[in-house]
Formats: sequence, C-alpha cells, structure tokens
Amino acid sequence: MNVWLEKQRHLIDFTLASLARRKTKNLGLLLVYTLLVAVLASLTLFTNALRSEAAYVLAGSPEVILQRMVAGRHDLIPPGYFDKIGRIRGVQKKEGRLWGYYYDPVLKANYTFMARPAEEVADGSIMVGATLARERGLAPHNTISFRSYSGKLFAFEVASVLSPDSELLSADLILLSENDFRAFFEYPAGHYTDIALSVANPQEVRNVAAKLSEALPDSRPILREEVLRTYQSIFDWREGIMLTVLAGAIFAFSILAWEKAAGLSAEEKREIGILKAIGWETGDVIRMKMWEGLLISLSAFLLGLVAAYIHVFYLGAAVFEPVLKGWAVLYPRFALIPAVDGLQIATLFFFTVFPYTAAVLVPIWRAAITDPDSVMR
Amino acid sequence: MLFQPAIIALLMAAGIAVLMLAAAAPFAVQVMRHWDIHSGSEQQLAFERRTYLFSTMLSFVFGIQLAALLLFVFNADRLSGMFVGAMCAVGTLNVNDFGFPALIAQIVIFFLAAMWLAINHADTRARDYPLVRIKYGLLLVLLPVLMLGFWLELQFFLGLKANVITSCCGSLFSGDAKTIASEASGMAPIPAMVLFYAGMLFVTLAGIWHWKRGGRASGYALAALSAVAFVIAIIGVLSFISLYIYEHPHHHCPFCILKPEYDYQGYWMYLPLFLATAAGLGAGALQPFAGSASLRQIIPPISERLAGLAAGGYILFTLFATYFVLASNLILIEH
Amino acid sequence: MIELTQIKKAFNQGRPNEYWALNGIDLSLERGKVTAFCGPSGSGKTTLLTLVGCLSRPTSGRVRFKGEDISGLPERFLTDIRRQSFGFVFQQFNLIKGLSALENVILPGFPTGRPRAELIAAAHILFEQLKLTHRANARVEWLSGGEQQRVAIARALINNPEVIIADEPTANLDTVLSREFMAILEGFTAAGKTVLLTSHDPLVVESTAVHRVIGMRDGCLVDA
Repeated sequence: MNVWLEKQRHLIDFTLASLARRKTKNLGLLLVYTLLVAVLASLTLFTNALRSEAAYVLAGSPEVILQRMVAGRHDLIPPGYFDKIGRIRGVQKKEGRLWGYYYDPVLKANYTFMARPAEEVADGSIMVGATLARERGLAPHNTISFRSYSGKLFAFEVASVLSPDSELLSADLILLSENDFRAFFEYPAGHYTDIALSVANPQEVRNVAAKLSEALPDSRPILREEVLRTYQSIFDWREGIMLTVLAGAIFAFSILAWEKAAGLSAEEKREIGILKAIGWETGDVIRMKMWEGLLISLSAFLLGLVAAYIHVFYLGAAVFEPVLKGWAVLYPRFALIPAVDGLQIATLFFFTVFPYTAAVLVPIWRAAITDPDSVMR
Repeated sequence: MLFQPAIIALLMAAGIAVLMLAAAAPFAVQVMRHWDIHSGSEQQLAFERRTYLFSTMLSFVFGIQLAALLLFVFNADRLSGMFVGAMCAVGTLNVNDFGFPALIAQIVIFFLAAMWLAINHADTRARDYPLVRIKYGLLLVLLPVLMLGFWLELQFFLGLKANVITSCCGSLFSGDAKTIASEASGMAPIPAMVLFYAGMLFVTLAGIWHWKRGGRASGYALAALSAVAFVIAIIGVLSFISLYIYEHPHHHCPFCILKPEYDYQGYWMYLPLFLATAAGLGAGALQPFAGSASLRQIIPPISERLAGLAAGGYILFTLFATYFVLASNLILIEH
Repeated sequence: MIELTQIKKAFNQGRPNEYWALNGIDLSLERGKVTAFCGPSGSGKTTLLTLVGCLSRPTSGRVRFKGEDISGLPERFLTDIRRQSFGFVFQQFNLIKGLSALENVILPGFPTGRPRAELIAAAHILFEQLKLTHRANARVEWLSGGEQQRVAIARALINNPEVIIADEPTANLDTVLSREFMAILEGFTAAGKTVLLTSHDPLVVESTAVHRVIGMRDGCLVDA
C-alpha cells in the first residue's frame, strides 16, 4: 500500500512538473474548460437560486386558492359563495381576495393591484413594489395618480415601498385599500377575485380541496404544493433546454480535449518514449496522464464554479437573465440568495468531467503504448 | 419524460459507458480469435497493448457506475416533490415499474465490473496472461447487461410524468392518479435483527476463514455469502436500522439516511457494505481460475487479501449499524 | 548470463516494407564483462541491444536472461525486468528537458515506489562518484555534452542494475571525454557489472577496457 501511495506521489510530482513546463498548451485548454464549467455552473446556480426564491415566496402564500370558473374561464366570486363553502374541517381561515391588473402607459407595463385590509393600508394611500418605485421614481409620501379603466383620475399617496427581499414576486405590486380598489376598478360590491384558504396540516390539504370541488363544482382549487411543483418543473425544464442547447458546447469541448490529448508534440512523444525506455510501464504512463487530466479537470471545475458563483450572485447573472427569469417588462433587480446544492454540483461534474475523461481516454492510451525502443531508433 | 439536468446527466453517463464498451466489442472479438501469447508478431504485441485500454475503460465504467448510483438515488429523492404522494426516493422509484429494476441493474453492473476488475488484476500478474480469452468473453457478456441497465433507466425516466398544473383546467390529482407506494416495507424488527446479525456473522467468518486459510471452497462460500449478506444487509436497513436512524417507527427508507438531515449516516454504512460485497464477490470470481498453472501462485494472495477486505468491511458495516441503533432514541423493542 | 538462440526480428511484418533487422543470431554473453558490438549502421547491432535489454521482443527465437526465457513475455513483465536489471545510456542521452539533472536521474525510480528521499540520497551518491554534485540542480539543457552524458549514466545506475547498455556512447563526445567515459566503464567492471555497448569508434573497440568485440553486418554476426 505504501509503495502504491509513494508511486502515485511520484506520478503527481512528475505531472505537476510537466504541466508547468507546457504552460501555454495547458493554459489554453484550462481556459476553455473553465469557461465551459463557468457557463454551465452559472446556469445551474441561477436556476437553483430562482427555484429557492420561488419556494421562499410561496412559503408565505395560502395553502389553497379557490377560483370560480365560468365557461372554463376564471370569473368573479359572487356574493353568497362563502356560505356555500360552509365549514370544512381543517380550514383555519378563509378570506376573499381582490386583485387585478392595471396597464400603465408611462412604463408600458402591467402592474398588479391588490386590496389589503384597512388596518394595513389606509384609504387614499398605497404601498408599491421596489422595482416599480425605482422605475417611477417614487419615495414614501410622494403622490401618484393613475387613470382608471373608466377614464377617471385617482391620486394616491405612497405610504411605503415594499421590502426588496422578495422582489421577484413583488416587483410590480401595488397594495391599496379595499374601498379604493373597488372604486378604482368599479368592482361590483360583494364580489371577490378569489378565495384564499389556510390549512394547517399539510396532509389535510388534499382532502380540503376534494371537499371544495364537491361543494362547488364550478370552482377550481389551486394548491400551493402544486404551484410549487409547477414552478420547479418549469425551472427544471428551462434549465434542461439550456443544457441541451449547451450540449453542443460540451461536445465541441470534448472534441477539443480529444484533439489536445491526441495531438502530442514530437517533444512529448519523445518524453514518453524515454520514460518507457528507462523503466516506466504502459500502466504508469496511463496513470500519469490520468493524474494530469484529473488535475486539469479539478482546477477547471473549481475555477469555473467560483467564476459562476461570482457571475450569478455578485453580477446578477447578466448573461442568462432574459432567458430564464420571466417575461414581464418590469425586470426585478434583486440579489439572489446564494444557495449551492450538492446534487447540482454532482450533476455539473457529470456534465463536464465525464465527457472530458471519456474523450481523452483513447488518446492517452495511444500515447502510452509508444514503443519503448523508439528512442533507440 | 422530465426534462431535468440530473436525468440528462445520468442518461449521458450510461450512454457513454454503453458506447465505449460497444465500440470496444469488435476489438475484444478480434483479441479472442487471434490471441497467441507465444507469438512475437507485431499483431500480438498490438493485442497485448490493447489490454491496457480495456482495463482503463472498465475502471472508468466502474467509477461512472458508482457515481451514477449516488446521483440516481439523490435525484430520485429530489424528484419526489414532483409526484403526489411521493415522500422520498422510494416514492419516485415507485412511480413506474422501471424505477427499482433500474436501480438494481445499476448495482448489479457495479458488482460485475468489480468482479471483472478482480479477474483482470490477477490475470495481468501472470506472465502468460492466461485469462485473456475469458476476460474478453466476459466483457462481451457485460455489454448486454450494460445496455439493459441503460434501457431500464431510459424507460424509468421516460415514464416519469410530473403532476403539475396544466394551464386551463383541473389541478387535482388525488382523485384519479394511482397512489404510489411511497414507502418501502420491511420485516418485523426481531426476526430482521436475528437474520441481520446471523448473516453478518457468517459472511465475516467466511471472510476471515478465506483470508487466513485460503482454499477454493471457502472462496466460493465467501462470494455466495457476500451476495446473500448484501441482500440481508439491505433488509436489515429497511426493517430496523433506518427506523432507528429516523427515530420513527414506520419510515422504512434505505435512501433518506444518506441525506444531511440524518448526518449522512448512510455513507458510513453503505461505503463499507458495497466495498466488502465487491471484494467478497471478487474473491469468488477468482476461484475458478485458481487451479491454472501460472495463476496458482498469484490468485491465493489476491483473493485472500480481498477476503480480508471483505471481512473488515462487513465488520465495519455491522459496527456502524449497531452504533446507530444504540445511539437512537427510538424504542422499537420493549424490554 | 544472457543467451540468444536463433534470434530473428522483423519490422513492418506482413506489409510491403517488411524488413528483417536480425537474421538468426546465436550468442552467449558472460557476466561481469564488457562486450562491444561493432558494425556499420543498419547492421542490426542496436536492434540486438533492444532485444537483450527487454525494450522489445524478438519475432522468433529465444532470449534467456539468467536462465529464464524472457522472449515471450508481455511488455509489462519485460518492463519489470528492464527496470531492475538494465540501465541504459543512449546515444542522444535522452534527458528530459526542463527538468533538473537530479530530477532526471531519479525518474527510473518512480515506478518502483521507492521514497523520494531515498532516491535523492542515492542520486547524490552517484553525482559524487561522477563529479557532478555542483550541477545537480541545473536544468539539463544548460549542461555540456560530457555533463549530460554523466547525468545519463547516473540515471542508468539509479536502480542499481546488473547490466549497463550503452548505445554509441562516444558518438557525441570528443577524445578527452571519450577517454573519461572509458575510465567510468572500467569502474563498472570493477563493481561487477556487465556492460554491453555498440560502437564503431576505434577508441572504444581497441580499448583495454573492452573484453570482447563482436562484429555485425546485415543482421548477422561476423568476425570482428
């Protein structure tokens, strides 16, 4: 065992020396490799951060949202609907919600208006999302007016700007009082947009939903866990699409690695011939070359990962943002919560190190079987 | 199919392994047909050099397999959120009929590769490479197994459909979706414990016997017992060890113990278990050839060392398992 | 110590440019002696040394080393024997550029798994014997021809082989350095090592340090 370890140490020593001697060649490969890892890692880190952001945001939303359907379309909740629900075991709280969209011609963007109880937002004042506040240059105690769909002008005082912590979801949000909401949109009295239900026990959620659809056949319950699952799979899917697009890059890189490993210079060939003549076995040369590949792979992997981390969490993933984030006109500017996930690192390792190793295997072997007597000819 | 990075990675890794072996198969046939150790021809020299490529490749496949096994389980666990009723990896693997077969195929490939590498290791130490034909024959046997593994994995992933909301209508699955058996089940704790400790005792004794005394019969016995012990060990994990680790009388899951919530305790058990089983099977795989002239001196020391390794691994595994049971707050058996 | 029977060696076998470098050599070489092979280039003397030194295998015939038939051995085992029993000094020295003299010398010790400290100590003893201590850490491309050869000799000796094989050792040296090399050669004989070399340098062939001269031509032995 000691002999084996000592041998590996020797091989690593030699490999390090020979990498240092061929700096330019290896540096080029290292650079491309690092770049590939950095791109793929940015992608995974970014989607993962979005995923955790979504989970974080949804954690605060109600377990079940009940919508009423008319002709397969989402419709208003009419008065009296609440009573039809009645008491369902496990439901802690049920609450009618009011919200809607408003198109602002100034920014050419849609805002989400949402009514809050009077304790939170007084009549005549609003709370705005951070992105929106930034874009419209709003600060607390400013006044802003919106022309409603009916053509009337409404002025509101900004009470506060929402915390940027969950900016991804609150980017375009405006919170206002119920009275203001109904007046602004001319919302019929007693009607609601949908109903939010809180269920304490997660095991009960499904039963509650089943009872709801039984009691109200024209309704559609939306479960938080399903929304979460849908988000996850959408992010997964987008990441998968991007990876498939980038598979071309991985493939090209593998070819480059193959070329680099196969295109040994005359000097390198001579070196391997010398090593074999003075008593290195084919297996020793293969192992030496494997160490070389491993060292290059690991350094590229670490460097790429660090670069990706900086790109995503400090530079805001400038490259991928438009593809992966969403389709809203108002792009939230938010710092992603740095989150690194073991499974993703492992997946990334599969995507980069395995194709590299597979690509260099045959060239390494070819180099290693150089005739030991070649140096005597 | 779920279009998900880890799934693509797993399929890619399995695909690379299959492609590599498939590309090598014609060469293996050539070697089998024209091998002549006594010839000094250049062709023979080329064949001998090719053996290096094959053993490097198989080691690579072996490595991939080990890594893929872990990724497979992790990913299954991660995916459990996608399926109604799936609580952890077991639930995901039960989503369709290919989950567990795919997992088992991966484990089998891992052990087969280990056995091949053991045979290869012995063969390359004998000056006349007596097992070359057998080795390459086995390689050709390994190829379809690898393909089967890939196919099962593909079927499993193709059959995964997440229960997600579609844009317009009904979002409730509990009614029509068939319920997934989200939990594995186990034996009653006391018979499982008796079986577990008896199995570990026998396999360790066989390991020590072969390590100290050698002999072909004990080698075969060790291999057979290793295979049985692996199954018994998994039954043990399912039936009581995992329960103690989770401190929950009904959570029979062999995978969650790998998770950080349980301090990665699974690795402490599975690593020695897989190593020991691979070593035990490897020792057995060598026995049919222990009689051949040039291997008579070579195989016994190798297989005895493997037996020692196997015995050590099983002891370690048992100690860790016992420790986790004793350290747990769960009371499964009333005194 | 080394016996060759009916040795033949072909290159590019079975192809149009097939070429037989050795045509049936029978030869026996004694332990502890210096044997020189001389002949024109292309006579097969280097090929013969590669066969004896386990660098390649004969196409047919037998090579016995210390009584053991090594002609049919796979490369893996030939390498083992070569590493333990043979040291090589090549015509072009074949040192690895960019490494120091010391690093070059310890290279053959790597596959044996000897600890680095032990290898370095052994190399320093050799450097002392060969009067190279002051150059130990210099890169090999900065050394003179004579120094390079002495580094190559030190490398050949690091695993303490029984047989030293030198291919045209004086081809790249002037007279003074060639005489120095012959002196080192006598040291080998004194230490009980067997030496095989190829040369057509009269200074080597006629030297008293050489015990036996074998002539070669067209892949056959001829009287020298």
